[in-house]
Amino acid sequence: MTDKKIRVLVAKPGLDGHDRGAKVVARALRDAGMEVIYTGLRQTPEMIAEAALQEDVDVVGLSILSGAHMALTPRVMELLKSNGQTNVKVFIGGIIPDEDLSRLKEMGVTGVYGPGASTEDIIRDIKIATAG
Amino acid sequence: MTSSQAILNGDRLALARLLTRVENDSPDGRATLIELFPHTGKAHLIGVTGAPGTGKSSLVNQLALHYRKAEDKRVAIVAVDPSSPFTGGAVLGDRVRMRDLSGDPNVFIRSMASRGSLGGLAQATANVVQVFDAAGFDIVIVETVGAGQSEVDIARLAHTTLVVEAPGLGDDIQAIKAGILEIADILVVNKADRPGVENTEKSLKSMLELAHPTARVFKHHGTYMSVSMPEPNQNVNLWIPPIQKTISTEGKGIPELVAAIARHVEHLRSSGDWTLRERTRLEVELEALIRDALMTRFHEDVPASQYEDVLEKVVQRNISPWEAVRMLLNGRLK
Repeated sequence: MTDKKIRVLVAKPGLDGHDRGAKVVARALRDAGMEVIYTGLRQTPEMIAEAALQEDVDVVGLSILSGAHMALTPRVMELLKSNGQTNVKVFIGGIIPDEDLSRLKEMGVTGVYGPGASTEDIIRDIKIATAG
Repeated sequence: MTSSQAILNGDRLALARLLTRVENDSPDGRATLIELFPHTGKAHLIGVTGAPGTGKSSLVNQLALHYRKAEDKRVAIVAVDPSSPFTGGAVLGDRVRMRDLSGDPNVFIRSMASRGSLGGLAQATANVVQVFDAAGFDIVIVETVGAGQSEVDIARLAHTTLVVEAPGLGDDIQAIKAGILEIADILVVNKADRPGVENTEKSLKSMLELAHPTARVFKHHGTYMSVSMPEPNQNVNLWIPPIQKTISTEGKGIPELVAAIARHVEHLRSSGDWTLRERTRLEVELEALIRDALMTRFHEDVPASQYEDVLEKVVQRNISPWEAVRMLLNGRLK
């Protein structure tokens, strides 16, 4: 019997083409023993929700550097919910102004990480959020 | 509604969740597999293997697109990528090349980490394929990890195995080595717009001619004589793997490849190989299950402390591994 692996979808919604951050996080999560499904650039919320469903992930990580997080995040949350994936935890990394933090949390986002966040923190938070 | 009924009714969330339970080999996953087994055996299983970077994922993407658009078949894709041998983690990146398929409810893509398995597939891949088969997908495409020379498990699982090559990856010695090329039902030379494609094709062709000689030519008293090889048994019609050239980023050569796959299915059906392959595959699965069951029973039977004692004696070179086996099995598992 294999022990349960944490499965994480790392996706980059929106139009900016900077995926270095997403790749660094994907690599760090891999090194923490997680299975990371990497979907690449310019994903629509529909594509992200579909991949999250097919891959039955525990966590969706969104990397958003374009400033469109207040438009993209609610749509992803809504689609996850309508697909029945209410147990999926959503994390966001990118350039997120402080004033948006509480609104993102209200939407049900579990964690938000800006520039300089440490990958150890992200790994710890994912492990806590998916435990039990 | 039970999990198996939900799967048979086309519930995608139930399907995704079952795949996880099957991948983790959980008891309820197994129970559902038992219920689904009678519904399997209908899908055409296509294996896609080859060295890393030959373009397997892009090719799978194009194949699936073609099956959707030209034949309206339901397509499932199982994409296996390696797990880290150190941390057990994995980055599964095959979906990056399959974005054309998103938004189509008749396509289902599932990424799997190899989780320590060495044959190019994961332990649970065969079971995951069975779930898709039962769920009514007409075509199940399995993409292996970027395989080297001996990751040949896929040939036992798939009805049709495609081995993908690309120009510039090796000379003709690579082509006559045993292993991955031998398992090909169809050889695909992808990236056929790259320089060197003629050489790749030529060496694959000569490899195939060595493997399937139809006549031997030799010199006798100064004249060339040709002796036909013994007629193959009429019941066994021989399949010679075709070489298909593709440029998967542009979709070139895909209809021809799909036609070759169809010819292979036709051959399997008419020669009786389809049934034979099914039988072999199920036998391999059965044997693996028996091995697992015996191991489990052995570990239940032998106290861990006794096992450790014997292992320690082997480490100390007091007894050999062969004697250790005899000691541990003595009186057990008759």
